Amino acid sequence: MRTISVQAAVELIPDGASVMVGGFMGVGTPERLVDELVRQKKRDLTIIANDNALPGTGIGKLVSAGVMRKTIASHIGLNPETQKKMLAGTLEVELVPQGTLIERIRAAGYGLGGVLTPTGVGTVVEEGKRRIELDGKPYLLETALHADFALVQAMLADYLGNLSYALTARNFNPVIAMAAGTVIVDAEHIVPVGVISPDHIVTPAPVVDYLIAH
Amino acid sequence: MDAQTIIARRIARELREGMLVNLGIGIPTLVADYVPAGLHVFFQSENGLIGTGPVPQEGLAQARLTDAGGRPVTALPGACAFDSAMSFGLIRGGHLDMTVLGALQVDQHGLLANWMIPGKMVPGMGGAMDLVAGAKRVVVAMQHTAKGKPKIVNRCSLPLTSIRPVDLVVTELAVIAFPGGRATLLETAPGVGVQQVLAATEAALEVPERVPSMTL
Repeated sequence: MRTISVQAAVELIPDGASVMVGGFMGVGTPERLVDELVRQKKRDLTIIANDNALPGTGIGKLVSAGVMRKTIASHIGLNPETQKKMLAGTLEVELVPQGTLIERIRAAGYGLGGVLTPTGVGTVVEEGKRRIELDGKPYLLETALHADFALVQAMLADYLGNLSYALTARNFNPVIAMAAGTVIVDAEHIVPVGVISPDHIVTPAPVVDYLIAH
Repeated sequence: MDAQTIIARRIARELREGMLVNLGIGIPTLVADYVPAGLHVFFQSENGLIGTGPVPQEGLAQARLTDAGGRPVTALPGACAFDSAMSFGLIRGGHLDMTVLGALQVDQHGLLANWMIPGKMVPGMGGAMDLVAGAKRVVVAMQHTAKGKPKIVNRCSLPLTSIRPVDLVVTELAVIAFPGGRATLLETAPGVGVQQVLAATEAALEVPERVPSMTL
């Protein structure tokens, strides 16, 4: 793990990259990294996240700034700008059931090719996918989803890069931290090693590449 | 009593001691206001919390403690926070006793459409498909009609949420279940007659000899 400035961290992300971003309706989204993506005028990113938040909040800022070509999310209903851009054809939207989205990401991070889920069987979500019957029950084969970068928000990071999270700001963060080529963390507090007890570390330091300097 | 209150109060009577329950956004959220006195249930927010409590007092909101709509909530004693993979493991894995969701349409067999209107409104399914596929009991909370049009229909014209039928539909007019795959009128709201329910429903309803009034 290396510490890095927010500017240098975002300079690592090329236009066209796939980027997972933590957060649920803006809660647990690394805002400094989001703001820097906007400031550096990134283009053609594929943003993988639970939702598109609201205009002006979290990932909503990325929608407004036009940094993305595509978003893979479970819910965009509270962001009218996403809806408008989707209908106008300027933003590609892939909607994935929330439990399937997080399992596809988890599968990528855990070295699995995919998962079998009952969610979506017999609905439009099934289109183009393999249905597999096991013990008489139908499942969809949902493949692993990996990204070039994961932008993670944590409550605490220690000097090694061990992470812990707070309440509902945890959401996608520890899962995306396992599933991307380069993992960049924005922590609210950076603390000495040992402050987070081993039992309370959720993301182990070796998976973290960069910690945004305070 | 207004329509939402009737629906929320009636669904609250479905709660049982120790249940793990997920409440959707809108009318379902109101169910938490009518938990019978002395009954302890666990409410899950799919963004990663069991033990979701009411909206905090003015000035006590915590930015990292929210419900699935992003609004500030509180955490009750014994609350537990977790990531989204565990949250949906709880939902799909047979650990969630009941989910209460809104609906756009429910058909005569109990199939539900609640996540998009093609060409008009495409909010995304969020957690709804997982909740309906995975919860032990699926309860729909909705107004009986939308702009005068029945929402309980022969066949959903909107894309389905799941091929798993719902267990119970509660509206401001009626309680409907689907034994043997057929929509059956179980109760009517106070002051509402069977004919009034039938007139507001497109799907053919089985009507038992005795249809009691809802207890609220």
